[in-house]
Amino acid sequence: MKRAKGEQDPSPSPSPGSPPEICKKLRTQLSGEPDDQEEEEEEEEEEEAAFGCDWSRLPQEILLHIFQYLPLLDRAFASQVCRGWNEAFHMPELWRCFEFELNQPASSSTESAEAACDILSQLVNCSLKTLGLISTARPSFMELPKSHFISALTVVFVNSKSLSSLKIDDTPVDDPSLKVLVANNSDTLKLLKMSSCPHVSPAGILCVADQCHGLRELALNYHLLSDELLLALSSERHVHLEHLRIDVVSENPGQHFRAIKKSSWDAMVRHSPNFNLVMYFFLYDEDEFRPFFVEEIPVTHLYFGRSVSKDVLGRVGLHCPRLVELVVCANGLRPLDEELIRIAKRCTRLSAIGLGECEVSCSAFVEFVKMCGRRLSQLSIMEEVLIPDHKYSLDDIHWEVSKHLGRVWFPDMMPTW
Amino acid sequence: FLLQSLEDLDASLRKLNSRLFRPAHDVFPRLFKEWGDQRLSYEYDSEPFGKERDAAIKKLACEAGVEVTVRISHTLYDLDKIIELNGGQSPLTYKRFQTLISRMEPVEVPADAITADAMWKCTTPLSGRPRRQVRRPLPGGSWVSFDTEGLPSAVWPGGETEALTRLERHLERKAWVANFERPRMNANSLLASPTGLSPYLRFGCLSCHLFYFKLTDLYRKVKKNSSPPLSLYGQLLWREFFYTAATNNPCFDKMEGNPICMQIPWDRNAEALAKWAEGQTGFPWIDAIMTQLRQEGWIHHLARHAVACFLTRGDLWISWEEGMKVFEELLLDADWSVNAGSWMWLSCSSFFQQFFHCYCPVGFGRRTDPNGDYIRRYLPYIYEPWNAPECVQKAAKCVVGVHYPKPMVNHAEASRLNIERMKQIYQQLSCYRGLGLLATVPSNTNGSGEASSGMLGFPMEPAVAATTQNSASAPSGYQMVAAAPSQGDWQSAVMTYAPDEAQGGLGGAQQQGYSVPGNSLMYYTQSAQQVLPAVTQGARHHVQSIGKRHSEDAGSGSSSKFQRQCSH
Repeated sequence: MKRAKGEQDPSPSPSPGSPPEICKKLRTQLSGEPDDQEEEEEEEEEEEAAFGCDWSRLPQEILLHIFQYLPLLDRAFASQVCRGWNEAFHMPELWRCFEFELNQPASSSTESAEAACDILSQLVNCSLKTLGLISTARPSFMELPKSHFISALTVVFVNSKSLSSLKIDDTPVDDPSLKVLVANNSDTLKLLKMSSCPHVSPAGILCVADQCHGLRELALNYHLLSDELLLALSSERHVHLEHLRIDVVSENPGQHFRAIKKSSWDAMVRHSPNFNLVMYFFLYDEDEFRPFFVEEIPVTHLYFGRSVSKDVLGRVGLHCPRLVELVVCANGLRPLDEELIRIAKRCTRLSAIGLGECEVSCSAFVEFVKMCGRRLSQLSIMEEVLIPDHKYSLDDIHWEVSKHLGRVWFPDMMPTW
Repeated sequence: FLLQSLEDLDASLRKLNSRLFRPAHDVFPRLFKEWGDQRLSYEYDSEPFGKERDAAIKKLACEAGVEVTVRISHTLYDLDKIIELNGGQSPLTYKRFQTLISRMEPVEVPADAITADAMWKCTTPLSGRPRRQVRRPLPGGSWVSFDTEGLPSAVWPGGETEALTRLERHLERKAWVANFERPRMNANSLLASPTGLSPYLRFGCLSCHLFYFKLTDLYRKVKKNSSPPLSLYGQLLWREFFYTAATNNPCFDKMEGNPICMQIPWDRNAEALAKWAEGQTGFPWIDAIMTQLRQEGWIHHLARHAVACFLTRGDLWISWEEGMKVFEELLLDADWSVNAGSWMWLSCSSFFQQFFHCYCPVGFGRRTDPNGDYIRRYLPYIYEPWNAPECVQKAAKCVVGVHYPKPMVNHAEASRLNIERMKQIYQQLSCYRGLGLLATVPSNTNGSGEASSGMLGFPMEPAVAATTQNSASAPSGYQMVAAAPSQGDWQSAVMTYAPDEAQGGLGGAQQQGYSVPGNSLMYYTQSAQQVLPAVTQGARHHVQSIGKRHSEDAGSGSSSKFQRQCSH
């Protein structure tokens, strides 16, 4: 449903007249539109008229409560009914959050994305606190014309002034719009998720870090990361960072990644000693991993979405003392015994580990679990990972492991049918 | 395969003065009348459709005064008993299933093969000419000629005779290996084996009871040990597991309406699906597997994992139902329960599967088949990608050749996106808001507070566990990871985000707003169907969806704020 931007002008004639009259007016206004939703709206209003109760005199708290259940456009209609409802519509409590989730299959999600932009553009008088454009289906915001999206986003940024949470992963947001964001919301921005936004540059995100000192959570791609960014986030004026999520994705095989200096990471840790650093790696091969895990890095949650070599895992053991969770999608056919033992020894905060297509001998695995003990609250090992040896067979390994974990444990199974 | 099996069965019966007849419902009333006083016996079919059909036939038989005997032989156990032992629910984890199995009565010994003596009292009217032509049944019972001339010899010949031969070979090989453990995977394992038994089990050419007992006997003989471990019967038990899961669930092969299936907004992309099904994805590993499947009707289970992951949660994000349909058509051992169950499992749509391990369409193949023998065998027109120099391989992503398509997706990007999607979907279901990837999937095996991993700096987490358990108004859907979930909780927490297929554009779309207690809203476009937890509490749907992120308002204590929000 596309409505022209000018139409939705939220300044209704404040009529002291009885609601039924207003409703009739609204009904005729709406009668042109062939929309199910609006018909429903009309019916609703007819009913109201028939009952003759004074809806305009509902206490505001109740109105707010009701409005919270209304979808955005219904609220917009409701705001045009009378002054009282219009006031409720403008209560800041109503507009804390706008989270638009794309969860429809490909064919319709572009239209959904467009509709979302339209709606966003109309939020001229709303001060959003939370904006989330989330995709569980195909992220279609990238398929929209960039200008369309940017202008909608700009409307929100300019008008919100108290935006605290912004989730815009996989969107065509760019540096200029980030500047607008910063210009209007630098005091309030606490959360920014923008993984996979190809039009943003390191300078753009640096601007955000420099100005938004309340930023507690940040998610972005590795190519946006820089020493300057980390230093900005650790500056005195900046609050403690709670969580930094970095996606390291290789666009083309043989891609080079800039290394971040240890001193920058150290500054981060000094400034925010409890912060979580979550890194998701999607790299092709050993070469691409070269700049990583060469020096100490304060990563807490590590996910290797593609194959990662034995050597890299060895380096992880050496350089990641703060590691809490390690998930390895695949490694290869050489046993990771030494690497796991080293991780158990040196990553003393490790409490979750997941191993996919890897190999570990049963003895080494038992040793690993023994060393970690009960701090391992998540142990997700594919059954094929464990290689029986002279000490343990597959059937009795789970007893040993369960013993050391203090709870019943089995490896993850896949159907062998 | 099926034709050969039927021919084989017919031939065996004829040796005993009997024969096969055409299977159709309307045959029975006529036969009951014509042949007079008699008995009807059939094998119990545990699948919902089978149960319905058999009930109808049983009714007909009883009306005609025919004595009906039903025996369980397609599965090792009486599935209803397993379900009863589990409190009326089908077990949803394999471990739980194994535990239940170990408490069941021992498996029934297989009946002896029928001999001419056993048949002496039974007669079969052999009217009608013996079938010389191979005839192929169409659904509905009519027949059409099917020419078997000119087809290449089957890699998997049908029939009981063949099955029994293979069984002997299978056991011989196991005895020779003498350790009964799962053999290591190599490129050879991918090829059809002369000891493979799964298609024969599916079509009943081989009795699972017979297989079970032969395995047991062999183990006892070789190991001189009286109790074989459950892992010995792995293949059979997986089959049994899926049968048990499916028997009381007529929607088992669908996503919508299936209480145990995660409602995931899969893409609809007929072109991509066709490329996958035809082996034209541009990833030689995937294409070789699909080619083998199409040509021979069987692929190794790890190959199945690879292609299933590629189609669903790994790369293409297409529904497992589509993959299931393709397998149904092409895979010899894919019956209703096992096929649907496996697809749900592999796409992480059910059974509490971790979704972090994604099979790389290049890497996995390279590790399993380093020389490329398997790929060369099924895709002979590929210009030896494995021998191309490293830089060429990299640049072309292992694809060389004019007649072969380019890779249809960028795997790194696709898997990154899909992992994120899966994570969002699982997070919408559970109360877990932490950073751990593993803890996102609710665990069903134990309740040792696994939600607390990776929880530095999030005071919210313990508050969630406390408030949702104590809050009177919180529906059971909330209790996922934080509490120790029973399987009932999992089922009640599955939510529906069914897209509305009929609606083209947004005109007429219903926008549903759902209130999380507090002041945030979720908007779903085009959901003509309401977002419902399977257990609806009153009229309001309190859905803990994309929940409150802690850092929303400048509040004093985030945990106290959350409590306030939950107390509606």
